[in-house]
Amino acid sequence: MVGVPLAIFMVLIWGMALVSIVLSFTDWQGIGPLHFVGLDNYTYLFTQYQFFWPALTHNVLWLLVFVCFATPMGILLAVCLDRPLRGSAIYQSIFFTPVVLSLAVVGLIWELQYSPLAGNGFIDSALVGTGLMNANNAPDWLGDSSINIWAVILAASWRQIGYIMVLYLAGLKSVDPSLREAAAIDGANERQTFFRVVFPVMAPINVVIVVVTVIESLRAFDIAYIINHGKGGLELLSTLITNNSISEASLIGFGSAIAVVLLVISLVPIVLYLTRVMRSED
Amino acid sequence: MSATVLAGQRTAHNRGRRRLSRMGLHIFLSVLAFIFAFPILYLVYVSLRPYGEIVANPNGPFSTPATLTLSNYFDVWNGQNLIGYYWNTAVITIPSVLLTLWISSMVAFAISRFRWRFNLLVLMLFTAGNLLPPQVIIVPLYRLYLLIPLPAPISDNGLLYDQFVGLILIHTTFQTGFCTFVLSNYMKTLSQELVEAAMMDGAGVFTIYSRVILPLCVPALAAMATLLFTWIYNDFFWALMLFKSGGKRPITAALNNLSGEFLTIPTQLAALSVMVAIPTIVLYLVLQRYFIRGLTLGAAKG
Repeated sequence: MVGVPLAIFMVLIWGMALVSIVLSFTDWQGIGPLHFVGLDNYTYLFTQYQFFWPALTHNVLWLLVFVCFATPMGILLAVCLDRPLRGSAIYQSIFFTPVVLSLAVVGLIWELQYSPLAGNGFIDSALVGTGLMNANNAPDWLGDSSINIWAVILAASWRQIGYIMVLYLAGLKSVDPSLREAAAIDGANERQTFFRVVFPVMAPINVVIVVVTVIESLRAFDIAYIINHGKGGLELLSTLITNNSISEASLIGFGSAIAVVLLVISLVPIVLYLTRVMRSED
Repeated sequence: MSATVLAGQRTAHNRGRRRLSRMGLHIFLSVLAFIFAFPILYLVYVSLRPYGEIVANPNGPFSTPATLTLSNYFDVWNGQNLIGYYWNTAVITIPSVLLTLWISSMVAFAISRFRWRFNLLVLMLFTAGNLLPPQVIIVPLYRLYLLIPLPAPISDNGLLYDQFVGLILIHTTFQTGFCTFVLSNYMKTLSQELVEAAMMDGAGVFTIYSRVILPLCVPALAAMATLLFTWIYNDFFWALMLFKSGGKRPITAALNNLSGEFLTIPTQLAALSVMVAIPTIVLYLVLQRYFIRGLTLGAAKG
């Protein structure tokens, strides 16, 4: 009952992760026998491949914006909406709606906002229409490689905020109300109650929030891919993997080396999460 | 005397302040709600406008609409084989959701009812695997799909690649991790006495699973089904990588080929996006409770 699904899971998920590691030490291009080349792929990746450091930087930026903006914003909304407030359910529905959309649809929705003036993009049309900007200076939000990653991360944050809000709201609802009453009787104000009483007892949810934030920024793929296949300023580790090994070239060994880098980074939040789960099981 | 007057003044003052802060909160939330809703409202608005009208007008998207029409929707619907794509989605999503629920409920039952030493290990491998970015495993998985032979009725090219069954396999496998984790936590909260009573009556393991545990898990199963449906429906990555032919892709992944090759008119692309978004939005509006409960169950026991 457990054996077959577990075996399939082990082969398809962890087995493939291991195969990625093995392939990363070869120069396999999909045909012929495996030929091991030691660390060549990694040396090339770190020292010569021009897209690696930009892609890694973009993933880190993605994470930083999530950590400094999207996640705190989601938590703030959850705290605001946790109190009895008229219309709370409506606010929640609005903030949560982007979460049920596919990230590919999110990409297309924001393309309508970001398109250049010639493409009737809303933001540029508004900037020029109101005279805030000259038609010649209107930025090409998605085409300009120095700013397009920010535009895409903002679109991703639009979805992330609602996701974090719901997760955190669920956590807040599970906090024993008598704790808050006790804090109120002791004369704590709302801010003190949240930071000194509520936040610490929400430790399990806080870990989930951290894990979700990190993992979502490592998984980032769909929005960048639907906009321009993750090129011209939108390189991400994930799009480098697929572009090098599947969609455009067949550099299996090299793409696997990028996958291994992503794997190693992903294991940090995963291990953090598992140690947490283990501790709560004991 | 003066003390009570003072106290009275203070509470009145506090009440005033609270009302003020409440109003501030409402203003903050409504502004934010508008910013959040705007991109979606704008999408719908663009999808209802004839493209010629936007282009012809120097004010572009700010031109006052002379007409709002569904013609973009009809053009996309008639010009592209959308029914085919929705059908592909159904063929992939429905079996994946049912299989995931069936398998993970069995695994969760086994884990939560029997004490094995490696229970925790199984759960950890499942959960951790589910957290991996799919891009980490896609390269070998893609090659594996090209290697595995499949007989004719299941596969029309003799492979696992470019086949519905291949997509169902990876969705089911990937989601089983999360679902098992949630369901096993849920089952642990169920009363042990019911199971013991059933065992006294001579019920076998399978009877306990199907007659006692599953009916009690209906709320959790419903919540999981809602979440799984949305996630698998929204999948873009697996379907993009594991299908060669655009025509076999489900509707969400078909957005990639449609937006690149066939639909270059923004108003039509907007109409297509709305049509892709509608099923999950409707599901969310109708089953909001299950949706939230599913996410809560997943997060509650960190």
